[in-house]
Amino acid sequence: MSWIPSLVGGLLIGSAAVLLMALCGRIAGISGILGAVLWPSAGFEPWRLAFLVGLVAAAPLVTLGSGVTPLKPPEGSVAWLATAGLLVGLGTGLSGGCTSGHGVCGLARWSPRSLAATLTFMTFGFLTVFIVRHGL
Amino acid sequence: MRFIIAGLMAGLLFGVGLAVSGMTDPHIVLGFLDVAGDWNPALALVMIGALAVATPGYRLIFKRGRPLWADSFALPTAKIIDWRLMIGAALFGTGWGLSGYCPGPALSALSALWPGTLVFVVATGVGLVVAKGLIPSSFNNVLTRKRPSDAGRARLRPWLRAHRRAGPPSPPDTGTVSLL
Repeated sequence: MSWIPSLVGGLLIGSAAVLLMALCGRIAGISGILGAVLWPSAGFEPWRLAFLVGLVAAAPLVTLGSGVTPLKPPEGSVAWLATAGLLVGLGTGLSGGCTSGHGVCGLARWSPRSLAATLTFMTFGFLTVFIVRHGL
Repeated sequence: MRFIIAGLMAGLLFGVGLAVSGMTDPHIVLGFLDVAGDWNPALALVMIGALAVATPGYRLIFKRGRPLWADSFALPTAKIIDWRLMIGAALFGTGWGLSGYCPGPALSALSALWPGTLVFVVATGVGLVVAKGLIPSSFNNVLTRKRPSDAGRARLRPWLRAHRRAGPPSPPDTGTVSLL
């Protein structure tokens, strides 16, 4: 595996977070943005919808530019993925962030809560894959 | 309008970053989480790259005192590591390990219209709404058996006042016929 694309992709993700903070003073956390669009408890803010549009439009634009789609289908049945999605939604909603909100933006501003959350979801990610792939 | 442009640009940049880094392939993510198998460090490199930009970038921005297009920063105010945070992170990690999807990569793959991806995103939306709308923040009090919050005590106050005014409950009427 070549590690340069991963690192460059990471730099772009970090730049997106910096851009949003520099211009609008907002955290580029995907679950937070999605949650606030679906459940706008503090009022609907259209920039969040624009962010999601950009996020969804990026893959087709990359395909257009490079001729190769970066997308690969997920593994597992529809019921399996529905269960996973529900856990991801519930979990990120309760903990107030996901890989981007806690893992990138939270760690970048030295938040102890985000460090605790990131270590926890990583640990449970490792454990889950271990059990699914290698058994107990 | 400026916020919308910033949101669109940041979303596009984020999505291109996910695509370039390979995070739009759930197998690569699962390869990172599979420490006992053929471990793929890609996700760690993505996070290192992102933090290499965001950590000094945030530092500079915060030093400046305010964002360019807004009066102030909108940052999370919670400080305490509580059960809501830890249980949420554990549930999220489990769902992530089952699918290889976290919210960003799943959303960025919507254009492929795969049933599994669509179902995942809808379920994530349902979960988010349930967590934010239906599970109140007093959830922590239930788990730790803490004293009710100020808001909770305020709700109880009229009831307590009415109870006090009525005096202590009168002893049950045992009747005049006592065999003692």
